[in-house]
Amino acid sequence: MANAMARSFLQVASTEEVASPLRVVQIEGLVILKIIKHCKDFAPALVTGQLLGLDVGSVLEVTNCFPFPIREEDEEVEADGANYQLEMMRCLREVNVDNNTVGWYQSTILGSFQTVELIETFMNYQENIRRCVCIIYDPSRSHQGVLALKALKLSDSFMELFRTQNFTGEKLREKNLSWVDIFEEIPIKVSNSALISAFMTELESDMPVIQCDYDRLQLSTNPYMERNLEFLSECMDELAAEQQKLQFYYRSLSRQQGQQQAWLQKRRQENMARKAAGEEPLPEEDPSNPIFKPIQEPSRLESFLVTNQIANYCNQINGVAGQSFSRLYLLKALHAHDK
Amino acid sequence: MAASEHTVLQFTAPSSTSLSAKVHPLVLFNICDCFVRRPDQAERVIGTLLGSVLPDGTVDIRNCYAVPHNESPDLVALDIDYHHNMLVSHQKVNPKEVIVGWFSTGLGVTGASALFHDFYSREVPNPVHLTVDMGFTNGVGTIKAYVSVNLSIGDRPLVAQFQEIPLDLRMVEAEQVGFDILKTTSNDKLPSDLEGMEVTMERLLALIDDVYKYVDDVVEGHVAPDNNIGRFIADTVASLPKLSPLALDKLLNDNLQDQLLLLYLSSIIRTQLSLAEKLNTAAQIL
Repeated sequence: MANAMARSFLQVASTEEVASPLRVVQIEGLVILKIIKHCKDFAPALVTGQLLGLDVGSVLEVTNCFPFPIREEDEEVEADGANYQLEMMRCLREVNVDNNTVGWYQSTILGSFQTVELIETFMNYQENIRRCVCIIYDPSRSHQGVLALKALKLSDSFMELFRTQNFTGEKLREKNLSWVDIFEEIPIKVSNSALISAFMTELESDMPVIQCDYDRLQLSTNPYMERNLEFLSECMDELAAEQQKLQFYYRSLSRQQGQQQAWLQKRRQENMARKAAGEEPLPEEDPSNPIFKPIQEPSRLESFLVTNQIANYCNQINGVAGQSFSRLYLLKALHAHDK
Repeated sequence: MAASEHTVLQFTAPSSTSLSAKVHPLVLFNICDCFVRRPDQAERVIGTLLGSVLPDGTVDIRNCYAVPHNESPDLVALDIDYHHNMLVSHQKVNPKEVIVGWFSTGLGVTGASALFHDFYSREVPNPVHLTVDMGFTNGVGTIKAYVSVNLSIGDRPLVAQFQEIPLDLRMVEAEQVGFDILKTTSNDKLPSDLEGMEVTMERLLALIDDVYKYVDDVVEGHVAPDNNIGRFIADTVASLPKLSPLALDKLLNDNLQDQLLLLYLSSIIRTQLSLAEKLNTAAQIL
C-alpha cells in the first residue's frame, strides 16, 4: 500500500526544483593547465575558450575545456565558429568527456575585463544554460608567481535590470544596486583524480625551490606597476568624463524645468486675460514646444563598469605593494646579517 | 643454408642519433584524464601527440588527444576519421602544432602497437611513441618514449625495433602553478599573493637554516668538508651586491616610499570611487 511518505511520480514531477545558489566552482588541474597553456601561447592577444563540466547542487564542476580559434574579421566566421564548436563537442563526447557547457574562459591584460561585451556574452549564455560561469585568467600576473584565476558570475538582480536596459538613477535606487553588485566572484576549488595525483607526487622535483619561488622573489616590479598606473589613469579619465556627462544632464534638466515654469506662468496669465475677454482658454500644455521634450538620462552602466575596473586595479596595486614590502624587508635583513 | 659470407645485422641508424623528446605536463594530465574516462571494455587508451620539432632535433610534445580504437586478438582498428577531425579542429586553434607521434597507456610495447606505429609513420616521417604506465607496475609510473628503428640483414629489411630515446619531462608550467595545487586530490582554495609569498619565504628560510647547519657541522668537524660546496656557498654569499650601508639604506627607503605612495594613491582613488557612486545614484531630481 503506498504510504503517505512515498510521493507519487506525478507529484515529484510537478514540484519545481529550487536551484541552490552557486557556492563554489570546482576545477580540475587539467583545465587549469589547458587554460594557462592557451593564454600563454597567444599572449598578448586575448583568447577565449569553452568550459565543459557538470552542474551539481551548489557546486559547478569544470572537468574539461577547449580553446576557440582566433576570430578573423570575416563573414563566414559565424558559421565556422559554430561548426568548430559542434565538431569539438561531438568528438569529445566520443571519448566520454562531459558534454555539458558550463561557461567560458578568457584571458585578460592586467585585469581590464569589465566591458559591456562580457555582460552581453553572459546574457547570451544565460539564456541557454541555467548556471554558467566565466573564468578570467591573467597571464601577466603569473610572472610574479601568482595564479591569477578568477571565477565570475553576474548577480541575478543585475541581470534582470540589464534585460530592461534601464539604468536610470531611480531604477538603481529602487533595486539598491551599486557597482559592487554587478559581478559576483565565486571561490575556486581545485580537484585532481587520484591517478594524476600519484604521477605528480612522483614527478615532483626534489629541489626544495621551484620556479614559482623564483618568480615570487623577483625584486623588479616596476614595469608591472607602471602599466597598472597607466591603465588606472586612463580609467580615471573615463570616470571623470562620465561624471561630466551626468552633471551636464542635471544642469540641462534644471534649466529645462525653469523654462517650463516660465512658459507655464505666461500661459496662465494669457488664459486669465482671455477669460476676462470671454474667449476659450488655451491648454496648459504644448507638446510641440521644444522645451517640453524630455531629455534622455545617461545610462549609468558605463560608469559602473569603469568603477569596477578601477577597483580591480587598486586591488592589484595593493597586492603587489604588499609583496614588495615583504621582499624589501627580507633584503634589508639579509644585508644586515651580512654586515 | 650455409652462407659463406658473414651477414651482419645492421642497424640503420636514425637520421639524428641524438633524438630526444620533451613532454609538457599538460600531455600527462590529458592522458590520465582520457584513461580514467575510457570505455569499459578497453584496456588501454591510444591517442595522437601534437607538438613541434625544435631546430636541434628534439621533439617538443605539447598537446594530445585520445582516439577511439578497437583492440581484440584478431582485429585492430583505429577511428581514422575521428583522428583527422580532431587534428583539423586543433589546428584551427594552433596551426603550429603538428602530429609528432602517438601515445598508449600500459607498460612496454605490444604487437598491436607496431601496427599503430605503422599507421602513424604514414602521417609523420619519424613518429615518437610514448608509453605511460598507469598500473604503476614497477612501483613507479614509468613514462618512456620510443622511436622505431629498422633492422636489416645485408640489404633485406628484417624487422622494426622500438628503441628508447631519452625523455625530458619539463615540469616548468606545473611548477609555476604550484605542485601543492596539482598534487592533492582536492584543494580548498587557491593561495592568494601574500600566502604564496609566505610559503616561499619559509622555504628560503629552511634552505638558509640548512646551509648554516652544514657550515656549523664542518667547523666542528662532524662532517667532512667538501671544497665544492664550500666554494658554492662562498660564491652565493659574495653575489650579494656590496653597497655601503648608507647607500643600501637610501635604496631600501626609496623603494619603500614608492610603494607607500602607491598604496596611498589607491586608497584615495577608492574614496573617490565611493564619492562618485554617491553622486551617480543618490542625486535626486527635484
